[in-house]
Amino acid sequence: MMQLIKLAWRNLWRSRRRTLITLASVLMAVALAIAIRSLQIGVYGNMIGNAVRFSTGYIQIHAAGYYDDQSINNSFVSDDNLQSVIDAQQNISLAVPRLESFALASSGQHTKGVGVMGIHPDAESEMNNLNEKIVQGTYFKTDSDTGILIGDGLADYLKLNLGDTLVLLGQGFQGATAAGKFPIRAIFHFPLEEINNTLVYLSLGEAQTLFAAQNRLTSYSIMLNDPKKMDRTRNHLQAGLDERWEVMEWPAMNKALVQEIQGDNAGGLIMLGILYMVVAFGVFGTILMMTMERKKEFAVMVAIGLKPTKLSLIVILETIFIGMLGVIAGAVLILPVLIYLHWNPITLTGAAAQAYQEYGIEPILPTSLDPALFINQGILVLIITCISGLYPILYVNRFKIAETLKI
Amino acid sequence: MAVIEISSLTKTYNETTVPVHALNGVDLQFEKGEFTAIVGPSGCGKTTLLNMMGGLDAPSSGEVLVENEDITRMKAGPLVEYRLNNIGFIFQSYNLIPVLTVEENVQFIMELQHRNKKEVRDRVDHLLQVMGISDKKTVRPKFLSGGQQQRVAVARALASKPKFILADEPTANLDSKSTDTLLDLMAELNEQEQMTFIFSTHDQRVMDKAKRIITMEDGKVISDVKVSN
Ligand SMILES: Nc1ncnc2c1ncn2[C@@H]1O[C@H](COP(=O)(O)OP(=O)(O)OP(=O)(O)O)[C@@H](O)[C@H]1O
Ligand SMILES: [Mg+2]
Repeated sequence: MMQLIKLAWRNLWRSRRRTLITLASVLMAVALAIAIRSLQIGVYGNMIGNAVRFSTGYIQIHAAGYYDDQSINNSFVSDDNLQSVIDAQQNISLAVPRLESFALASSGQHTKGVGVMGIHPDAESEMNNLNEKIVQGTYFKTDSDTGILIGDGLADYLKLNLGDTLVLLGQGFQGATAAGKFPIRAIFHFPLEEINNTLVYLSLGEAQTLFAAQNRLTSYSIMLNDPKKMDRTRNHLQAGLDERWEVMEWPAMNKALVQEIQGDNAGGLIMLGILYMVVAFGVFGTILMMTMERKKEFAVMVAIGLKPTKLSLIVILETIFIGMLGVIAGAVLILPVLIYLHWNPITLTGAAAQAYQEYGIEPILPTSLDPALFINQGILVLIITCISGLYPILYVNRFKIAETLKI
Repeated sequence: MAVIEISSLTKTYNETTVPVHALNGVDLQFEKGEFTAIVGPSGCGKTTLLNMMGGLDAPSSGEVLVENEDITRMKAGPLVEYRLNNIGFIFQSYNLIPVLTVEENVQFIMELQHRNKKEVRDRVDHLLQVMGISDKKTVRPKFLSGGQQQRVAVARALASKPKFILADEPTANLDSKSTDTLLDLMAELNEQEQMTFIFSTHDQRVMDKAKRIITMEDGKVISDVKVSN
């Protein structure tokens, strides 16, 4: 085996320039492919992170049936079991309790339908930095603080200022009337217009009182330490809870984002496919030439007693060497760039930035440094190069020694 | 007992299109320790015959028994193994492996035989010494003259301890001085180690050294004489 490796390795450098050119093409393709993937996956991670932060979390626990009918009647009372099931999951970094419903918000002549969210101030801030989004007034200190937080968009629409009173009118738990007057405690501004225009925050206690839903929640939104282990965490949670609860992952609750990512991802994969076709043909050409110009040499080796299977192995090794060298060189070359961009992501400006902000996403393009990325590309290129080596291998197993020796 | 027994051997190329009868019923026997030249005009079938004897090509009919084993009936896999362990090959254009050094070229075949390291090293040293190219051990073939390369090829052919060595026009690319050196070395191996050599040749010098000369024409043996020199 060592002997075959030695032969393959030396053969590779027989035509140094050709090998280097082939290597360079593999290297470029791999570096480009990794960069594209890293950026795509990084951006998706950022999009998902932002999306889940302002909405459902990676995982949401709510009462069975709540997702289809998001009514306050489908709220639940948290109990010790639920708490202990949540606490038991190492991967959960944060479980944010919320009571959400709808109401009409009015101030004198103006009325608007709004989402009302009763929150635990600390947990909410930890999840999405709500406290830092306050532009006027003060954030809640406890989950029974009075007053209401409204977005600057809504404040403009309703022509309200700090200290003015907002009236909320809606339906409470099990048909009770929900009505209350709330002084505007603070005005916030999110990068997401929809939140600015249509969402108001109450402290959890005030919301429960408003909706006559004492001790009730509509959901726990859960953030994770490692989003890649989301499925496992979800399964553990579901296993610990009875059928009164439903544990859902963000993709099930935010299908629009999933679709957007899938669409974009498909485009990226096509790019990748094209890149790898180029690699495949480059390697194929080189290996084919390396084989054809050594026909006679191969015939001699088989004549003196080298089994064609071992000859194939030499060709495979040559192919793998080219592939691996290309992958490693490509990865090593691009890694510093990706590391730099991971910590200093490209920041979008202008229209692109605006588009991102409208979706509530930070306008940055971070890269992903997930090792799986490198490993996957490595395996892929290896498979592709091995496929490129197939024809030469078939060839060396078929040629006629006597005829080839004559050349 | 004959090492090689060839009977009723025929080979027809292009059987379906324009048939070329390269061998037309050849019967021959070779004993251990022979130093034999196969001669004849170009196209008479020398290479074809050697290929059949070396298990490099299959005949159209007839058999080639090597120590009573018909190598024409062997399957491709075992045949490679058989060639490795029983037959030494020397080619007209040396055909050393260019990426291996002189030493490694000779080792290569023994490593394929899975011989132990020490045995390989000793034998390689010995053979290179015998062939007078010890000083070129670590050099790649392209830095050697044709004569030197062919001496490495002889060392490689001997390395596997074959039953016989087939050499298709081994001196055709060599100048007269190199030819003489090579022939002397081979004759010596033949004398001292009873190594069996079967050549095809057009070269008078080779014929002069040969102990038996087989003459072919149109795929047939037309004369087979033992010569004493
Ligand atoms: N692969 C082949 N296909 C068709 N015909 C062939 C093939 N190999 C050899 N022949 C023919 O078979 C005959 C014998 O060829 P061979 O090579 O054995 O001759 P040779 O005696 O070795 O000649 P030379 O002295 O020129 O080497 C020739 O007529 C040749 O053209
Ligand atoms: Mg010939």
